[in-house]
Amino acid sequence: MSEIYELRVNGVDYPVTADANRNLSGVLRDELGLTGTKEGCDDCECGACMVLLDGQPINSCSYLAAQAQGREISTVEGLMDRDEMHPLQTNILECGGVQCGFCTPGMLMSAHALLERTPEPSLEEIKVGLSGNLCRCTGYGTIFEAVAAASKVEKVEP
Amino acid sequence: MSFVIATSVEEALAALANGASPIAGGTDLVVGARHGKFELPPELVAIDRIEALATIEIGADSMRIGSGVTHATLMADPAIVGSYTAVADAAALVGSPATRNVGTIGGNIMNASPAMDTGAPLVVLGASVELARVGSSRVVPIGDLWSGPGQTTASADELCTAVLVPSRPAASGTAYVRLEYRRAMEIAVVGAAAAVELADDGSISAVAVALSAVAPTIISIEIEPADVERGSVAEAASQQCSPITDLRASDRYRRHCVGVIASRAVDAAARRAAGESIAVPVNRALGIGAA
Ligand SMILES: Cc1cc2nc3c(=O)[nH]c(=O)nc-3n(C[C@H](O)[C@H](O)[C@H](O)COP(=O)(O)OP(=O)(O)OC[C@H]3O[C@@H](n4cnc5c(N)ncnc54)[C@H](O)[C@@H]3O)c2cc1C
Ligand code: FES
Ligand code: FES
Repeated sequence: MSEIYELRVNGVDYPVTADANRNLSGVLRDELGLTGTKEGCDDCECGACMVLLDGQPINSCSYLAAQAQGREISTVEGLMDRDEMHPLQTNILECGGVQCGFCTPGMLMSAHALLERTPEPSLEEIKVGLSGNLCRCTGYGTIFEAVAAASKVEKVEP
Repeated sequence: MSFVIATSVEEALAALANGASPIAGGTDLVVGARHGKFELPPELVAIDRIEALATIEIGADSMRIGSGVTHATLMADPAIVGSYTAVADAAALVGSPATRNVGTIGGNIMNASPAMDTGAPLVVLGASVELARVGSSRVVPIGDLWSGPGQTTASADELCTAVLVPSRPAASGTAYVRLEYRRAMEIAVVGAAAAVELADDGSISAVAVALSAVAPTIISIEIEPADVERGSVAEAASQQCSPITDLRASDRYRRHCVGVIASRAVDAAARRAAGESIAVPVNRALGIGAA
């Protein structure tokens, strides 16, 4: 039987009608059209589906959409400020941290949560913060660099 | 399928009495169901919004850890890190930040995997589990909770509301060490928790060791301070386990390694008992897991 509820994504309330067993990444992508969030493994392993729930990263492929009611969901679509890219986005491009790009939305969301909590992370803290995100292309070094560079930009902004 | 979100323990118990299954973080339940291990239960009651389950209370002679406390909280809570360090060692090893943000101690022990990380620490700490159903509740020693891989002695309408851990004596220390092939998104190949108490002269007056991933459930082994003095912790652990072979390791490899890991856990617990500060998780200080 379908459940009817609301999901709050990037500050916008969306009405949802979906079966209770639907996963959050599926509802975001197929019902709400928010395809920035990727599905890689659909098995809680790769982190391509990472979104934030009340500011904390979760694997949306393995989280029931119905369980996210009443919480703030943040996806990669919410990172930009109008047409201005987020410092994490500009830095990941500048540092060469995007190749095929499939892991990028998940990486950005994990990194965003990390910098909100730890504005000046050490390299070890960056590695732990991104430890649930796999990248098959870059070898990670450029992504770590981008997060470190973005942390310096974010610091001077209010 | 139906899904309700409970905001009180009473509401959750009523739902369980009507046949619903609890979901906390869903990191075992949803992942297992999507993986095809089992079907998602047709009626679910979410218990992650129940504030009473998400608290840690320090009492006169014990600590009450709500079943909904997440691994992220366990690994950073000063009282847990200070007094029940092995629990923090274990929580800090679970999955990735995303797994730890929603995965709970209640889900970990009720899921009853023999490889669960918080189980062995809770066994050496002498913890017990509070199980509630409509109209009654009971407390069982944690070792009596598990009856086999994925099986508990709790009935389907019982909710785990808390884990109760007795206070620790002054000169004591605990540690949980696990063998892992990488540093994140891993489960224990084998694991061992140790609790050590020291006498006034610094000698070991009491020791307890429990093992993960080497038997159908977490097991507590028979061991005495003299075994530590003699250097036979590894032998005791290897002899008393009954590991299986699976794709992660052979039974022989597990049997050997659990001895090594158990003696490292005892050593780390003894160092902590003597006042040495070893950061959580102790696995990192020991250099276990590829960087
Ligand atoms: C990528 C990944 C990595 C992982 N790594 C580890 C690891 O390193 N170590 C480890 O130990 N585990 C690991 N796990 C397993 C899992 O994250 C933990 O066991 C976690 O603690 C489960 O908690 P949960 O709240 O998500 O449980 P859920 O999935 O919500 O529930 C698990 C089971 O317990 C029942 N249940 C939950 N809460 C209660 C309650 N209060 N009373 C009665 N029954 C209850 C549910 O009905 C269900 O059957 C990993 C999982 C994933 C997906
Ligand atoms: S798609 Fe969710 S972790 Fe891979
Ligand atoms: S850029 Fe291709 S997976 Fe990371």
